[in-house]
Amino acid sequence: MDKLKIQNRLAKDKAMMLVVCLLAALTAVPLFAILGEVFLRGYDQLSWTFFTEPTPTAYRVMKAIENGEPIPGGIANGIIGTMIMLAMAVIVAVPLGILCGAFLAENSKSRFAKFVSYLTDLLQGTPSVIIGIVVYIWVVVPMKGYSAIAGSVALIIMMLPLIIRSTEETLKILPASLKEAGLALGGNRARVMLKVQLPAAFGGIFTGVLLAISRVIGETAPLMFTALGCSFIRYAIDKPISAVPLLIWEFFNDPNLQELIWGASLFLLLFVLTLNLTAKYFAKKWNQ
Amino acid sequence: MNDKIYKVILFATALIIPTVCGGVIYALVTDAYQAFEHFGFFKFLTSSEWSYTEGAEQYGALPFITGTLMTTLLALIFCIPFSLPVALFVGEYFKGTRIAAILSTVTDLLAGIPSIIYGLWGFYTLRPIIMVLNISPQGSGILTASLVLAIMIVPYAASLSAEFIKMVPNDLKEGAYSLGATRAEVIRKVVFPVAGSGIFSSYILAIGRALGETMTVTMLIGNTNSIPESITSTGNSMASIIANQFGEADDLKLSSLIAIGLILFLITAFINLIGKIMIKRARIS
Amino acid sequence: MESVKPILEFKKTCVSYTKQTMAVKYVSAVIEPNTITAIMGPSGCGKSTLLRAVNLMHNLYPNIRVDGEILLNGENILSMQPIDVRRRVGMVFQRPAPFPTMSIYNNVLSGYSLNGIRLSKTEKDATVERCLKSVALWDEVKDVLNKKGTFLSGGQQQRLCIARALAMKPDVLLMDEPTSALDPIATAHIEELMQELQKEVTILIVTHNMGQAMRISSKSMFMYLGELVEYDDTETMFTNPIDERTKAYLTGKMG
Repeated sequence: MDKLKIQNRLAKDKAMMLVVCLLAALTAVPLFAILGEVFLRGYDQLSWTFFTEPTPTAYRVMKAIENGEPIPGGIANGIIGTMIMLAMAVIVAVPLGILCGAFLAENSKSRFAKFVSYLTDLLQGTPSVIIGIVVYIWVVVPMKGYSAIAGSVALIIMMLPLIIRSTEETLKILPASLKEAGLALGGNRARVMLKVQLPAAFGGIFTGVLLAISRVIGETAPLMFTALGCSFIRYAIDKPISAVPLLIWEFFNDPNLQELIWGASLFLLLFVLTLNLTAKYFAKKWNQ
Repeated sequence: MNDKIYKVILFATALIIPTVCGGVIYALVTDAYQAFEHFGFFKFLTSSEWSYTEGAEQYGALPFITGTLMTTLLALIFCIPFSLPVALFVGEYFKGTRIAAILSTVTDLLAGIPSIIYGLWGFYTLRPIIMVLNISPQGSGILTASLVLAIMIVPYAASLSAEFIKMVPNDLKEGAYSLGATRAEVIRKVVFPVAGSGIFSSYILAIGRALGETMTVTMLIGNTNSIPESITSTGNSMASIIANQFGEADDLKLSSLIAIGLILFLITAFINLIGKIMIKRARIS
Repeated sequence: MESVKPILEFKKTCVSYTKQTMAVKYVSAVIEPNTITAIMGPSGCGKSTLLRAVNLMHNLYPNIRVDGEILLNGENILSMQPIDVRRRVGMVFQRPAPFPTMSIYNNVLSGYSLNGIRLSKTEKDATVERCLKSVALWDEVKDVLNKKGTFLSGGQQQRLCIARALAMKPDVLLMDEPTSALDPIATAHIEELMQELQKEVTILIVTHNMGQAMRISSKSMFMYLGELVEYDDTETMFTNPIDERTKAYLTGKMG
């Protein structure tokens, strides 16, 4: 009787599925477009010296341009700066984040824990540029200068909520019997947390730490007001220091250095995506 | 170590978070005070002047508040037609399959790309396209920034929406199928209404992300300190004016930038709070 | 015994989840109109799987294969459009699941709105009243029709789901353990209701509960390991089962 209507509805159904698939597939395009562009424009810049030499001086650049040579120098100052700040941030943020996450998991019903939990969300949602401003006020102004310390404080504040959340969530999904068994064997709560719960939660926490690192490693804005940047390789932590994303920003703004943008971006992108995929792999492995 | 010391240590570390948050607010408020005092709080919010002529400095936040709201709103509009299909693809059509896992990985990776690289891509790939299409002569502006911003928030909106779409009970879907509905009809009349509040809240959180995005917007919005006349004009967002001028600012200008930071902080906190509350409600029901 | 034109006929129906295992094996049976047929058997015997084949529920899951034939009024449903079949074959599930975002009124009419069929206000009112009356829910909910159905008790919700299925005027109503999630009083209510309903619709019910089968059905099927072991008048099967396995099941020697 209403065959036509049924055909019509089925056609609509098919059309919807087609549109969904098409648009979903289109969403993947930017990823490959970005990867493609950064790869194609960046890979021939990657060389040994790109990783061992710092940003070239204006004089060397001008010389090179005069002689029609490729822009010399590399991003060693940025890589070292990033590593120094990241190392300091990890050393502080990981233990603090784990302890705080353990607190939230152990006291999930207390009012104070709920308050802390809300503030953790607040901190996680705070735009990174604001973290930059605040660390500038807290650290740069009293220390009378930009420094690696200031940069790593900014990274710590951005990493903390991520580590806290992953620790809390992983601890919460552990079976309660695990903790009870530990306590029943006479362990006190600290020992049970340290020897039973945290090792059991290792996979989840580790994934969280990797993701936290991959999130902050590309942050630019907060480092602009804290680490500032530095054109040579430096190991001092109380002086301005460079970072890979800061270098990209400098190259972007300096017409003479734009050739270096893509090599630096390729390095950063590979680093971040590898961390991401590793984290995902660990999460999957740990879930089994 | 006995239980008491353990508890005290945990409690003490947990205090760090309130301390940091308190510190953030305290720092922003005290350093923004000068600007608010000089211009008046309300005047600062509604003034569209931004001039640093010595002696006659005028700073107002309105152009940047407008810029932020415009880029965020546009980004949201551009994001929906892609994030919703992704969420349906992952959470309904291909739920639990390999291809869905691949698409989730792709969107996760999109979420992982640093903001500055999105900015580069927008500047060197998208901007020329906008120029060729004659949408705007300089290529950069509110529209360009919003387009890239939209790509950046798709992963957040999509993965959270997919989570809620996945949670729609199979009982309900089978019930609808058993009455003769097609999949499209089940999605429209059962999945969307049931997962609706969750999907809505995932967009609120995506807005929260877009509000504070800094580098991408800074590189693409065109850096003009006036209220944008249309979506193709250039402008500045709250985050981008800070990124552009913080380094060289001092005194009243610095305080004004921090004041803008405070406003941005409050708006983001408010949006995120609403989003979180809504998500919690949606998860319970 | 005179022969009535069958409403439903299984012809060597098979359902398989994977290539190796068959959940339903070569079931053949004839169902007469306006009867209640109970499908019994231990869990995992394929009774729900057989039931779900009748309104092509299996088509929703790409891995499941249905072979053989299932004739509805002489037409093989396996070659028909699922959405067409499902309108003519209603289904009530184990757990009552009214649509939580719809009012009671709209829940009854959900089949129409889902199928994109527009009804006039009077048609709507009449349908809602007719269906809620036929599930004996009308008096209880007629003043709260615009409230969400989720506030009702489990038994009321299940009756609402039956009303929702009846609204489409199906030829056959499939019930997959419809009372297993309900208390005894609600169960009795629904059993009573089914006796009334069989005047307008043919019912196939999967049940775990032998007492229920005995109370409500005129015909019974016993399935075991995917096979239809025995199919007979309920009375005959319960008093004088032919197959040893049926006997073992009915005397409680088999789970």
